[in-house]
Amino acid sequence: MSIAPDHDTRVRPAATREEDYLWTLNFGPQHPATHTTLRLVLKLEGERVVDAMPEMGYLHSGFEKIGEHLTFNQYVTVTDRMNYISPMANNVAWHHAVETLLGIDLTPRCKVIRTIVAELARISDHLLSNGAVGLDTGAFTFFLYGFYQREVIYDIFETLCGARFTNSYTRVGGVSHDFTPLVIEKIRTFLRTFPKTLNDMERLLTRNRIFVDRTKGVGVLTKEEAINGGASGPVARASGVTRDLRKDEPYLAYADYDFQVCCAAAGDCYARYLVRMQEMRESLKILNQAIENIPAGEVNVGVDQRVGRPSKEQVYSTIEGTISHFELSMSNRTFEVPYEESYAAIEAPNGELGFYIVGDGDDTAYRARCRPPSVLHFSLFPQLIRGHTLSDVVAVLGSLNIIAAELDR
Amino acid sequence: MTPPSPTADIVPTLMARFPGLETSAYRGQTRVVVGEPVSLEVLSFLAAAGFDLLVDVTCVDYLEYRGATQRYGLVYLLASTATAHRLTVRVFVDDPNPAVRSVVGLWRSADWLEREVWDMFGIDFVGHPDLRRLMMPEQFTAHPLRKDYPLQGRGERHNFPVLTREDG
Repeated sequence: MSIAPDHDTRVRPAATREEDYLWTLNFGPQHPATHTTLRLVLKLEGERVVDAMPEMGYLHSGFEKIGEHLTFNQYVTVTDRMNYISPMANNVAWHHAVETLLGIDLTPRCKVIRTIVAELARISDHLLSNGAVGLDTGAFTFFLYGFYQREVIYDIFETLCGARFTNSYTRVGGVSHDFTPLVIEKIRTFLRTFPKTLNDMERLLTRNRIFVDRTKGVGVLTKEEAINGGASGPVARASGVTRDLRKDEPYLAYADYDFQVCCAAAGDCYARYLVRMQEMRESLKILNQAIENIPAGEVNVGVDQRVGRPSKEQVYSTIEGTISHFELSMSNRTFEVPYEESYAAIEAPNGELGFYIVGDGDDTAYRARCRPPSVLHFSLFPQLIRGHTLSDVVAVLGSLNIIAAELDR
Repeated sequence: MTPPSPTADIVPTLMARFPGLETSAYRGQTRVVVGEPVSLEVLSFLAAAGFDLLVDVTCVDYLEYRGATQRYGLVYLLASTATAHRLTVRVFVDDPNPAVRSVVGLWRSADWLEREVWDMFGIDFVGHPDLRRLMMPEQFTAHPLRKDYPLQGRGERHNFPVLTREDG
């Protein structure tokens, strides 16, 4: 396939079809502005994009197939690698779905802890996705400001569970590590210092003439198209869809907190940027309420629920703990799962992230379908980019926050 | 004019309109099992009743499942953006030619989701405008999420044609 246009008019008569004027440009799968491995075949007329054909599958790793062979607790490590810019949210989504299937009621402390880590993940995700939009449109400083704060969140996660990036933090019926005073102190410090950076970031970009010109009116998604195309999360809310699962189907501890759903009406790249910026402020609001009100008590569900490993103290001093530990450790004994199926989703930073799990008696899913928000956003891409210029491709891609690992799974 | 919003009585209304449907509920999630011949009619009815968001289309291969009578069970997860109501629609199809009518005309989000189900399970979506593989390469012949496909593949990775610089 030739990338260059055919300028040699001597051998060819004047173009008979309109397509003869079009360039075909291969964008990706290895391109710095795709950030991940996804591919676009663009049809260009000069610099204007006439059509775009998105292609995916370059990072297809068979996560759903693997989900049929790993236990519910093992598979959490795979969910880390789906949307790797907010792995905590994926962990929470996966075990939320598993616990919905099993009918496990978490302890109040665990609910709040999971809410806190999910909101921290949302902030770190929005920092990167907005940072990438800035980076691709020429605002490098903005990206670095965001990335520095992501480092602070990584440090919090490292203190919490030992891993900075692939946390694998949740377990069936609980979490791997309880909050320590040091973690709480670090989160408090972050909550004190982050608003200043956020203000700086807004001052850098929100009214920056170059950025506004590059993003305003670009890639407009109307409300009808957003709903019909299955958009969710900030992409849908920037188009005026008021759907937010934290409000619509309150899970974990979200019903207890005072926060607002951030929406915009314009549906362009700039609106998606604004929604993400505002959502970080709302996440801060949630975090401030949550961190000061962490209920005392056990973090994991008790041995009576028969899913969570008991603490060492319980194992060595109580008969229930010993039996429970044995039952859960032996690969042929584990916990029982109903022959049933259910779907449960959370409002991940990128949109509705849900898992459809089919149980078949043992603690390995018979089918673990992940409903990834990126796939539906990426399928909207051609209609968003049509008529815009080549340089707008990166702005639209960045504002949709396509993560190839989640796209292909 | 505001579009209609589904309420809790959508299931009785649906049952009255299409007799013979089976419903069940688990963990507060209502499921309706629809026969393949009327699947498009039922889904059109639900789309018109206000389920404006098609959250997901997926499939489960019940090859080794206890008590399963039909091999493939399609899952349509519907939701309403107005009332946040959800409904799951199940359509069961069987070998040798699993096929179901496409819902791309009702929800555009079905486009890629149905392509993925075709790719992974080999379910034919009749009326889909562009039913190509979504993730696997075009030369791939199997449908990897079927239960009779082994976890480590059938050697496709090793026998994959490699285009060298000289050949290209």
